[in-house]
Amino acid sequence: MLYLGSLNLKNMSGILSSSIARKVAMALSALFLIIFLLIHLSVNLTSLFSEDAFNEASHFMGTNSLIQYVMQPILIFGVVFHFVMGFILELKNREARNVKYFKNNGAANATWMSRNMIYSGLAILAFLVLHFIDFWIPEINHKYIEVLPENPTRYFVELQHKFSEPWRVGAYVIAFVLLALHLLHGFQSAFQSIGFNNRYTKCVKTLGKIYAIVIPLGFITVALYNYFSQLNH
Amino acid sequence: MDLTLKIWRQKGPQEKGQMVEYKVTDISEHMSFLEMMDVLNESLVAKNEEPIAFDHDCREGICGMCSLYINGEAHGPDRGITTCQLHMRMFKNGDTIYIEPWRAKAFPVIKDLVVDRMAFERIQQAGGFISVNTSGNTQDANAIPISKHNADLSMDAAACIGCGACVASCKNSSAMLFVSAKVSQFALLPQGKIEAADRVRNMVAQMDLEGFGNCTNTGACEVECPKSISLENIARMNREYLKASII
Repeated sequence: MLYLGSLNLKNMSGILSSSIARKVAMALSALFLIIFLLIHLSVNLTSLFSEDAFNEASHFMGTNSLIQYVMQPILIFGVVFHFVMGFILELKNREARNVKYFKNNGAANATWMSRNMIYSGLAILAFLVLHFIDFWIPEINHKYIEVLPENPTRYFVELQHKFSEPWRVGAYVIAFVLLALHLLHGFQSAFQSIGFNNRYTKCVKTLGKIYAIVIPLGFITVALYNYFSQLNH
Repeated sequence: MDLTLKIWRQKGPQEKGQMVEYKVTDISEHMSFLEMMDVLNESLVAKNEEPIAFDHDCREGICGMCSLYINGEAHGPDRGITTCQLHMRMFKNGDTIYIEPWRAKAFPVIKDLVVDRMAFERIQQAGGFISVNTSGNTQDANAIPISKHNADLSMDAAACIGCGACVASCKNSSAMLFVSAKVSQFALLPQGKIEAADRVRNMVAQMDLEGFGNCTNTGACEVECPKSISLENIARMNREYLKASII
């Protein structure tokens, strides 16, 4: 028992620097973010049907202490971890081929999405900066810096206000298209990395394709709906 | 057919290399790619020039010795073949063909198109074996029942000839397909299970030490592998590694 215990401790310190551990960590943070996107979209979609429902859902997400003080920090850690690890892996991978090929036909054996995860990821990072400036920073300011009184009906107005400018709607739409490209490879890749490749893999791949298209399309619909619904007024 | 070849020439490991253009004429479409290289080398020798160094041995697709990155793909444009099995009928008269060595930090160029693949040997030595008592009382391997399914999967993994096309094709120069094939061929059999945890840990540690990149599941390796080794092996290695490291 003692031997096994000490062996495991040694393994645990080694596992953090191993290529497979990094892969798995990348995949687990990805799966966490995949679940997060689903929750985020569910809240956003309520804005298509009812102003009250959107306000209620947003008020709950914005004030529930479990979400604010437990889930939000985990989410921020997950996002930062996924980006930082993504960059570290990209740099290490570039280092592994110190002399480039004169002629390389990458399209012959791998999809564009799988070969350009760093670029779709960078685009998503740029979008996140905009998204934080748009929603998260005003929210933090409202709640913790200026400490304004909570108004449970402010959320829908804020949403509509943000989506009144065409350039922002355009930027969001482009970002979601890149998110779709990122997910088209990322979803099934995450399962492969955690060692899930068996008779259900075909289902996972199909589910991944559906998810990668439906979720970004949902976000695009929310952005476009809230832009066009204001034009009629 | 007449062809223009752009070939990587490098005098030695420390020398600076460059692409050099050659012309070959009257190449038969029935020739293998290596025979075309032989024709070129004979013409170079006749002109008193240094022939192009490239790896080759069995010339029937089973030794894993031949390499070459041809027109941007490991072992050229065909599928499930080594370079010796690549026929010139895959090309057209007047084509320009780029011929480069495998590119990876862990596979340094020795000369021209020859790279040092000893990194694979060291990974293999780190755990790609089973310990068997050969004192004379060795048990017949067939005495242990093995499911047909697992025997087939193990055989598929064991088909890996260690050529390095996976590393050459991978945009990250990752050796995961090779290592996972070697891990899988043992992990699937009862004889391999005894040392499974140490094997996967040690082979992965050696793989990382050699400077191969990380797998990002692009699947390029599986497509270019002359033996069509499946990505399922990489997933199995990931499982084996997690099992060995956490449990």
